[in-house]
Amino acid sequence: MELNKKFIVGVYSDPDEVVSAVKKIQTNKIKVHEVYSPFAIHGIDEALGYKRSRLPIAAFLFGMLGTLLALTMQFWMMGIDWPMIIGGKNFASLPPFIPVTFELTVLISALGMVGVFMVASDLKPYKKVKLMDNRITDDKHVIAIDLGANNGASDEIKNLLKETGAEEVNEKNFE
Amino acid sequence: MEVVSTVRPPLVTGGKTASDVTNDICRQVEGKPSKSWLMGMAISLTALAIGLYATIVLLWEGIGVWGLNKTVGWAWDITNFVWWVGIGHAGTLISAILLLFRQKWRMSINRAAEAMTIFAVICAAMFPGFHMGRLWLGFYWALPLPNTFGSLWVNFNSPLLWDVFAISTYFIVSAVFWYIGLIPDFATIRDRAKNKISKMIYGALSFGWDGAAKTWSRYESVALILAGLATPLVLSVHTIVSFDFATSVIPGWHTTIFPPYFVAGAIFSGFAMVMTLMLVARHVMNLKDYITIYHIELMNIIIIITGSIVGVAYLTELFISWYSGVPAEQYAFLNRATGPYWWAYWTMMTCNVISPQLFWIRKIRTSIVASFILSIVVNIGMWFERFVIIVTSLHRDYLPSSWAMFYPTFYDVGEYLFSLGFFFTCFLLFAKFFPVVNMAEVKSIIKSTGSTIKTSK
Repeated sequence: MELNKKFIVGVYSDPDEVVSAVKKIQTNKIKVHEVYSPFAIHGIDEALGYKRSRLPIAAFLFGMLGTLLALTMQFWMMGIDWPMIIGGKNFASLPPFIPVTFELTVLISALGMVGVFMVASDLKPYKKVKLMDNRITDDKHVIAIDLGANNGASDEIKNLLKETGAEEVNEKNFE
Repeated sequence: MEVVSTVRPPLVTGGKTASDVTNDICRQVEGKPSKSWLMGMAISLTALAIGLYATIVLLWEGIGVWGLNKTVGWAWDITNFVWWVGIGHAGTLISAILLLFRQKWRMSINRAAEAMTIFAVICAAMFPGFHMGRLWLGFYWALPLPNTFGSLWVNFNSPLLWDVFAISTYFIVSAVFWYIGLIPDFATIRDRAKNKISKMIYGALSFGWDGAAKTWSRYESVALILAGLATPLVLSVHTIVSFDFATSVIPGWHTTIFPPYFVAGAIFSGFAMVMTLMLVARHVMNLKDYITIYHIELMNIIIIITGSIVGVAYLTELFISWYSGVPAEQYAFLNRATGPYWWAYWTMMTCNVISPQLFWIRKIRTSIVASFILSIVVNIGMWFERFVIIVTSLHRDYLPSSWAMFYPTFYDVGEYLFSLGFFFTCFLLFAKFFPVVNMAEVKSIIKSTGSTIKTSK
């Protein structure tokens, strides 16, 4: 979030109202900055035009990395670096390496994906949070509209928010 | 619009609204600890203290203080290990597998069940650590690290090493899954916090969560993929634990039925432990509107299904030992049922196979007292299952001159007490300082499955 921005904030109670409100606001050629809610609202992504997250791709790639790392490690250690005779079996063979390969695939895939999620969503323990409204982690949903991006037509926006069922319409400045 | 069955009872009763959810759950975190909490803590810490004494002596003297002998080289330690890992299966099963199946009743129990999983896995990991004798070196020995022997690597053909990877992956992924779910709820506590210190602590824990729709969208995607990864992971962990036994050549261990049988047993005991803990939490923390009789009934149904799978596995084992025509195999099972450890075998049979069948009766599976008692009975039974598999298979060695019995010493009991004390201390701390119910998820279903359903305009 950039500094020195002015937002108009509509507060809603019903998640389904938020979705229809977002759709209506957008048909009026007004850009919605973001919606903030206490839980994930189904259908809000489509309403806001958000594309499907590419995190599953990240998970898959990290998983592949895990598989490769695990197989390379085991074949190199058991087959090349220090071959050992264990029960007269082959130095290196695939079947006994599968459990560790599976576990490392899952581990690296999960950690990698969560890491990407943290970075992409800018989640970090020392982050100073700026909330549009203090109640969005409790029971209120908020539609925030950036005044700067909508040529400052603040009265029009406020009326529109009220029309769509907003219980309150506030202004929020971040300095 | 989502279509919700009118046949199913509501998952949240008492006409709760979203802000009621926040208040009900945050009250536990913000208020002073209750008397029953302090009492529970005192008991847990006493167990932990006695156990700590036993542990210090064990680490100082070595594992000779246990009752092991040259015939029974594995007993309570590995029994406790398998028992705790089994208990640790319910949490991720509830949050991952039930998420994939879109079972919304998971939402009010998954948080506590996952916490239970994490603590149970720590308890489990203690035992192989202790058994290695030098706890401070054990963790290093088990990892594929270059070492002073000129990089003599760990043995990747050994199921014990697979266990190291399985348990540590399970622990890490479960903890990450749990934490990701906690972030929005920590933000709720942060925004309600009155004093500076809790604002700071929960502010850091919530990672600057602001509830943006974009973040929620990514969050949902992460939860789904983590569930997809955790599902085979849960099943793999107890499968690999069972390989510790199944890949050996000891009669009674060398069976291909072990992986599914162990996984079913793990879910069985895990759900029983969730039941024990949730019934107490429900009563003490007044969560009756979130953990309803319907939740209890559904958990009991899972207990009866997995309990019956375990029962079928026991009978299959018996049949196959006879049908195999291998005298050693036949003797191992005859000895289990009629040998000197017959009482352990029949305790296991009664607690795991017979008593859970009582849940076929609706009155029993919807009764809180009966569910509580039977959940403890199941966990006793599952402890005996592991004891029976491990000790009865070992104590009659290949040579009759080596036959022996296992008698636990104070230190065997002490170590078990240590893990129990540790588990309950951690769980009580969790129940006090963390949101016990996943508030964000429960709020999301209130509209569709609350007892007062509001219709939108």
